[in-house]
Amino acid sequence: MNRFAALLDRLAYEPGRNAKQRLLGNYFRTTPDPDRGYALAAITGALSFRHAKPGLIRTLIAERTDPTLFALSYDYVGDLSETVALMWPVSGGKSDLSDLEKRGPTLSEIVTTLASLGKTELPAQLAQWLDGLDEVGRWALLKLVTGALRIGVSARLAKTTVAEIGNRDTDEIEIVWPSLKPPYGDLFAWVEGRAAKPESGDPAPFRPPMLSHAIEEADFAALDASEFMAEWKWDGIRVQAVAGRCLDGRVVSRLFSRTGEDISASFPDLVDAFRFEGALDGELLIMRDGRVQSFNVLQQRLNRKTVTPKLIAEFPAHLRAYDLLVDGAEDLRGETFAVRRARLEAAVVRLDSARIDLSPLVPFTTWSALAAGRADPAAAGAGLDAEAIEGVMIKRCDAPYLPGRPKGLWWKWKRDPFVVDAVLMYAQRGHGKRSSFYSDYTFGVWTAGAAGEELVPVGKAYFGFTDAELAEIDKFVRDNTVNRFGPVREVVHDNDRGLVFEVAFEGLQRSTRHKSGIAMRFPRISRLRRDKHPRDADRLETLEALLERGIRSRETDAGGRAALRIAAGDVLK
Amino acid sequence: MTYLLAMRPEELLTPTPAGLCCRPGGFHIDPTRAVARALITHGHSDHARPGHGAVLATPETIDLMRLRYGEGFAGTVQPIRYGERLRLDGVTVSFHPAGHVLGSAQILVEAGGLRIVASGDYKDVADPTCLPFEPVACDVFITEATFGLPVFRHGDPDAEIAKLLRSAALFPERAHLVGAYSLGKAQRVIALLRTGGYDKPIYLHGAMEAITQYYASRMDLGVLRLARDADKADLVGAIAICPPTSLNDRWSRRFPDPVSAFASGWMRVRARARQRGVELPLVISDHSDWNGLTATVAASGASDIWVTHGAEDALVYWCQSRGLRARPLHMIGYGDEEGESESPNREGGNA
Repeated sequence: MNRFAALLDRLAYEPGRNAKQRLLGNYFRTTPDPDRGYALAAITGALSFRHAKPGLIRTLIAERTDPTLFALSYDYVGDLSETVALMWPVSGGKSDLSDLEKRGPTLSEIVTTLASLGKTELPAQLAQWLDGLDEVGRWALLKLVTGALRIGVSARLAKTTVAEIGNRDTDEIEIVWPSLKPPYGDLFAWVEGRAAKPESGDPAPFRPPMLSHAIEEADFAALDASEFMAEWKWDGIRVQAVAGRCLDGRVVSRLFSRTGEDISASFPDLVDAFRFEGALDGELLIMRDGRVQSFNVLQQRLNRKTVTPKLIAEFPAHLRAYDLLVDGAEDLRGETFAVRRARLEAAVVRLDSARIDLSPLVPFTTWSALAAGRADPAAAGAGLDAEAIEGVMIKRCDAPYLPGRPKGLWWKWKRDPFVVDAVLMYAQRGHGKRSSFYSDYTFGVWTAGAAGEELVPVGKAYFGFTDAELAEIDKFVRDNTVNRFGPVREVVHDNDRGLVFEVAFEGLQRSTRHKSGIAMRFPRISRLRRDKHPRDADRLETLEALLERGIRSRETDAGGRAALRIAAGDVLK
Repeated sequence: MTYLLAMRPEELLTPTPAGLCCRPGGFHIDPTRAVARALITHGHSDHARPGHGAVLATPETIDLMRLRYGEGFAGTVQPIRYGERLRLDGVTVSFHPAGHVLGSAQILVEAGGLRIVASGDYKDVADPTCLPFEPVACDVFITEATFGLPVFRHGDPDAEIAKLLRSAALFPERAHLVGAYSLGKAQRVIALLRTGGYDKPIYLHGAMEAITQYYASRMDLGVLRLARDADKADLVGAIAICPPTSLNDRWSRRFPDPVSAFASGWMRVRARARQRGVELPLVISDHSDWNGLTATVAASGASDIWVTHGAEDALVYWCQSRGLRARPLHMIGYGDEEGESESPNREGGNA
């Protein structure tokens, strides 16, 4: 357990992906089975046991410490598991840590015991383990048993790390993953070259998806419009719907996220409609009265712990299909997009489901015609669904379905973002490589306050600028700090003095969390407006008006105000 | 002299805004403003300030004050050896090792049979760079409580150094920057690295050059170099020690992809480490942890405990629950030996 605890401890502080991978790789290479397998399961969320409730942990510590000292400590530390880990009484003082390490429980012992432990036995067992661990070990154990690991490592990153041990591709692991069980002895044996690849006996496995590149204006010159087809780019969630028959004839249906996470349990209404054998690639959307709803609406259905009938009725899930990977038992991924598209159209007709429909093609003969469609989807056939469209997808007719992001086959051409001129108000240091730079910025726009005109924060952004711009903003922050609140610096922002950013964003939402009452989606700094004074920045009313009009209408104001304009002119028009 | 026998502890040592004042002896202990006669427990800037008329301290503390503040840091200076007894008016004073940093002392003040120990900052665990803490029996024990909560148990510093060395081995292309207070902690980390088997040059921030050289003249700290004299290539895989405020500042940009470590008792609490953007917290403290504070209080035999600064509430509560008289002094101006708050002039790029 101590090695696993030390790994979690280090991962919890490490901001960089590469460094995280190095730490994980080092752990997997040097830790024997089955401990490393259970660690992989813990990180990928594949362990299932009854989680300990905070109340149980409170009771344990109350039996062992003075209530006043515990209250003072908890108040200082602020986290229950951490407080308990730090003040858990240790017999014999602090000098025998190494002895404790020797007799502490292993991760395997903990995981296998928890799987079969009765509810009434848990407190005593937990106390015994806590007695045998040091501060970090106790912290990790409590995080593990309460199901709150939160160390910033995705299942995908853990799998990628395991794959790299044997110079394998992560997608190879993804394919066999659903049929593997902790502690994954067969998986490690395979990547270490000691055994054959584990068989995928799964009738409904995840297939790694094909991804696109963002297209730049310069790319079009080399592309022949007649060799491509286009679809709307939906503002939903990319998913894969898979159904297959087990050896015993039972049908297994699953819905996967883009990263291979099984999200079936969150969308039972949609999974019920998978009455086919095969694998569909498409977009998860919320559909009401035949109309696709905006991403804001979809978000209200996502990340809910329990899926109630009310939630399902209010937010009916829908699949808009745009590719067919497997039809019956036939793998179509080697076929061209044109062939797959024809098979998909036939399959959707056969399926005849109100929950699953076809993502239509956008007809075009020249790139400028497509540009016009992208600028006005409603007029180009999307009708009322135009609000849920965030651009177009461009796909080569002769492209096979390849996992990953192959070059030159699929392109995404997003609609231009909204932009607004806002004033830098607060700055905070970044993490990792950026820890010596003020790189996280809170910016605001003007509004009428109680004491006259004032800037009100409307968002926070920490990317979009170049390294040279970062150095420039960093210097500006240091030279123009007017106040400090812990790690946060307030930067000068009055009518004449301050830094104006052009902020690009994808949309707006009402928010009760922010003073301004709005929240931006995906904000980033698109330009430094050194030519502008803070007084020239935009007003909150402009953003309010945008919200009122609906997020997807982007005509500029009649007065020609430069508030919400299309950032870069469409050169193809 | 009979009036001295009836003296109450508060008459012998009185908490004042300028620090602990001994009126019968005509001196202050660790005064926070300039006074006529000052007794200094140790060289950290929150305890040892310049500008006093006369200073009495251990020879090491006097040397360190001179290094920090220059020749004229006080009107007159008088060194006193550990254990030497000195009469100041009607009061006898003596200095005893506090185990905090080089030269650090607890000050025993005696008059009319009453013994008060002002312990300054102290720790009761081994430190290769200074003499160990020496328990002194007394009636009144004046203690700090920087880590006066049961969540603070500092553990084994060698294990923390081993963690640092493991990280250096795992990331050989990166530099490891260890934030450490310039006086005491920095040199202790260097000494611990040496006993941990690390024999490569250790790089220093310019702000700790003079003090580290002073330590190195008295003990073996191995090969030390200044970071400002090094090429970026030299700093690949290097371990460097700097003041905590330099960890995340422009100074750190000379290092290749630095891992930011911080050696402090505060690193026990995750939120503290995260607030500072520390990637490798090292729990190494020059103050007593909770067990050290309570054990020292108990061993002093004192029936009166005065708590100067830190997390007083829990320690006062603990003393009272054991039948000791205890009270917080709420002294202001201590516990900030490195000037923790940032200021632009501390972020100099050439240090």
